[in-house]
Amino acid sequence: MEFKHKDIIALRDLGKEEIELLISTAENMREVNSRDIKKVPTLRGKTIINLFYESSTRTRTSFEIAGKRLSADTVNIAPSNSSATKGETLADTAMNLLAMKPDIIVMRHAVSGSHYFLSKKVGCSIINAGDGAHEHPSQGLLDMLTIKDKFGRLDGLKVAMVGDITHSRVARSDIQGLTKMGSSIYLAGPPTMMPPGVERLGNVTVCNTMKEAIQDADVVIMLRIQQERQGKTLMPNTREYSRYFGLNPENVKWAKPDAMVMHPGPINRGVEMSSYVVDGNQSHILKQVENGVAVRMSMLYHVCGGGNVE
Amino acid sequence: MNLLIKGGRVIDPSQGIDDTLDVVVENGLVKEIGKGLAAPGGAEIIDATGKYVVPGLIDMHVHLRDPGLEYKEDIISGTKAAVAGGFTSVCCMPNTKPAIDNKAIASYIINKAKSDGFCNVFPVGTITQGMHGDRLAEMGELKESGCVAVSDDGKPVKNSELMRRALQYAAGIGIMVISHAEELELVGEGVMNEGFTSTELGLKGIPRVAEDIATAREIMLAEYVGAPIHIAHVSTKGSVRIIREAKARGVKVTCETAPHYFTLTDDAVRGYNTNAKMNPPLREADDVAAIKAGLKDGTIDCIATDHAPHHLDEKDVEFNEAMNGIVGLETSLPLSLKLVEEGLLTLPQLVEKMSCKPSELLDLVRGSLKAGCVADISVIDPAKQWTVTEASLASKSKNSPWLGETMVGAAAATIVAGKVVFSGR
Amino acid sequence: MAGETIKTVILDNSGIRRALTRISHELLEKNKGLSDVVLVGIQSGGAYLAREISLCMEIIEGERVPVGSIDITLYRDDFKQQAPHKSVGKTDISFSLEGKRVVLVDDVLFTGRTIRAALDALMDHGRPCCIQLAVLIDRGHRELPIRADFVGRNVPTSLKENVEVIFDDQQQPVEVVLEK
Repeated sequence: MEFKHKDIIALRDLGKEEIELLISTAENMREVNSRDIKKVPTLRGKTIINLFYESSTRTRTSFEIAGKRLSADTVNIAPSNSSATKGETLADTAMNLLAMKPDIIVMRHAVSGSHYFLSKKVGCSIINAGDGAHEHPSQGLLDMLTIKDKFGRLDGLKVAMVGDITHSRVARSDIQGLTKMGSSIYLAGPPTMMPPGVERLGNVTVCNTMKEAIQDADVVIMLRIQQERQGKTLMPNTREYSRYFGLNPENVKWAKPDAMVMHPGPINRGVEMSSYVVDGNQSHILKQVENGVAVRMSMLYHVCGGGNVE
Repeated sequence: MNLLIKGGRVIDPSQGIDDTLDVVVENGLVKEIGKGLAAPGGAEIIDATGKYVVPGLIDMHVHLRDPGLEYKEDIISGTKAAVAGGFTSVCCMPNTKPAIDNKAIASYIINKAKSDGFCNVFPVGTITQGMHGDRLAEMGELKESGCVAVSDDGKPVKNSELMRRALQYAAGIGIMVISHAEELELVGEGVMNEGFTSTELGLKGIPRVAEDIATAREIMLAEYVGAPIHIAHVSTKGSVRIIREAKARGVKVTCETAPHYFTLTDDAVRGYNTNAKMNPPLREADDVAAIKAGLKDGTIDCIATDHAPHHLDEKDVEFNEAMNGIVGLETSLPLSLKLVEEGLLTLPQLVEKMSCKPSELLDLVRGSLKAGCVADISVIDPAKQWTVTEASLASKSKNSPWLGETMVGAAAATIVAGKVVFSGR
Repeated sequence: MAGETIKTVILDNSGIRRALTRISHELLEKNKGLSDVVLVGIQSGGAYLAREISLCMEIIEGERVPVGSIDITLYRDDFKQQAPHKSVGKTDISFSLEGKRVVLVDDVLFTGRTIRAALDALMDHGRPCCIQLAVLIDRGHRELPIRADFVGRNVPTSLKENVEVIFDDQQQPVEVVLEK
């Protein structure tokens, strides 16, 4: 199996085998991260621009570390210190960056689909670090790697996902990826946060209650309640949300005894998850972050090769 | 200038004509329709064999962008696109800069169209001053200066009290109110139809009910005050049902739809295609079916294009940033002819929706080939194949979702007041 | 295609066994026993052979040496020329290389570029006391100043030919073939 894409924009665009390849490469990349000299010369001489139109600590840092561990030169650009605030269009920014000959642009942008737009404009590889409510493929991949670490497989697992599905790019990437790998996804959340037709996105069941979703689940993925996204109309307040859709030591017992609990971060402790669960022994949240670097190394590595396709 | 249009299939619903006939035009008026007519002195002869000869098509909903936004379109380029699409008259919406909310702007448009335009241009004035939605525009003077309707098209009149008064006031003057029916709170920051496609693409959705509620409000207000209302660009199943029920009750409601609403679904947005972004947004298959049913049973009176030219810079951007709207003048005819081919409408029914009805609703004194009528005539080649390309479009803007596609059917000749202003692509 | 590939077996199973046994003896002799010796095989053939050599040494000395494997994909020097990438193999060195006598094992020594990459990779894992190289086949045509300390068999080849060590499902060496 070879990876023949120049860009990684959405897990929707990738086949099962391509996703397996990205995950298996990431598994073996972890060895680099575990030793004293955490660096390999693979992407020596390559330039990676991290273009983040939305603030991010975890993802940007993770991509930066991933690039550096592969010996690429990484440059971070955030809109607050770039031309974006001066009214420059995304296309112009990209063309100007392109003139400096980067090999990969890793972008996070608030507008869904903006990476496809960018990809038509520039010749270098594009990696999506999150676009609007569309996808967040590196998060989807690292979630799958983390699940595979525990169960040794992804097929036949019951994965519950709870929260604001409508606004979640993590949910879409997880649904796309996990469906392709053979998992079953059970969604729960207030109906105001459940987008129409979501059950058609993959092997998805929309549940009426949190209990129905979590019952006997192998994996419970809690999504962040983003107060800035939900506005005023989707729920009364975080107190009531937490009461019906928060994960706590009591309701986590509905899942299988060895179920793993995950969260893409950053966590609102006491809202979508109680601290007892966040820091409990079923939590794999930090493992997710750790796997994030390896997954992103794998993505950077493979798009560089994919760019060689004639 | 005199004309003899020979041997075409003449379809004039105003006289119940559908036959192979000749049409004689003299001094800008229709002189006679009949078999084997002789050419008047100095007449140009148009061989219309195998073509349709119909009352000049009227697009009652276009954006000419003039004055103020001439980088998108102006009266010259817009009317050039119109005649290339077979239209002899267009009604231009008032969301120009400044808006058509006073006599001076209306007169400017009428005069510029008369001196430089290719076809008739009938301006539509605003409902409210500056389209700000607080005070009624000077509808009396707008009508006097030549406006044929009022509309705040592009946005709804949010305030129901103001809309009620607008309907009453306009009825008193005898000018049609065209409603852009949209409930803005429900639209929110939506950029496409809310449904499976918006879920998959992660784009904010505009629920269909945002249009349905507004359509219902307009109808209830019109019914309450006993005034007529015309609903622009109907796109949803719900709106069609609400209008159908209202018509059955005797409410004076009429409406139009646009070719994209009976041709495309929100699947066209896939790939984040900004040329499939418009407002109201492209809907789903059951809406398309309902629009077609509404056209067939007469619920939908007219086909208008909502021709909305935008500069490349306003479309070649991220999806959320892109402006709403597509150019439609040049693709309307072939797309509408498909309805005839599908057996949904008869040719006379199509001509009614694209000429007679709009003329009647807005009192344009057109839409007929009766002797003595203004000789606005469209000669249509139903078999003409052509490809939509940036170069093939006369409009200044190229924001069409059909770029690269082959169309069947085109204007073979467009005649305005007896003058041939377009003679085939 | 210009003619069929002709495959000749240049070393059969017992030949391979004898060669590995000899290499094991030489290795023990040179390092004066097992002390501080570790084996690291290059993925994938070298890794299989390293395990075989360790078993031979165990038979001779009655003691087992640590065996690891190294994947050199991330250290290749032909990264740019490469077509779309396959997966990265596993590197598994569960012991420290600090101060060890590392014996790097590969199946076929050719241009030396793989060994160069492996040397770099090893250095990133720690600072060994020394690195020696053991190969089953040396087919010549070096492009870098690299030489094996222990060679199973020297096989003069032309550049058009290919030498391959065949392994079975259990990752046991079966035979060595020359393809022309």
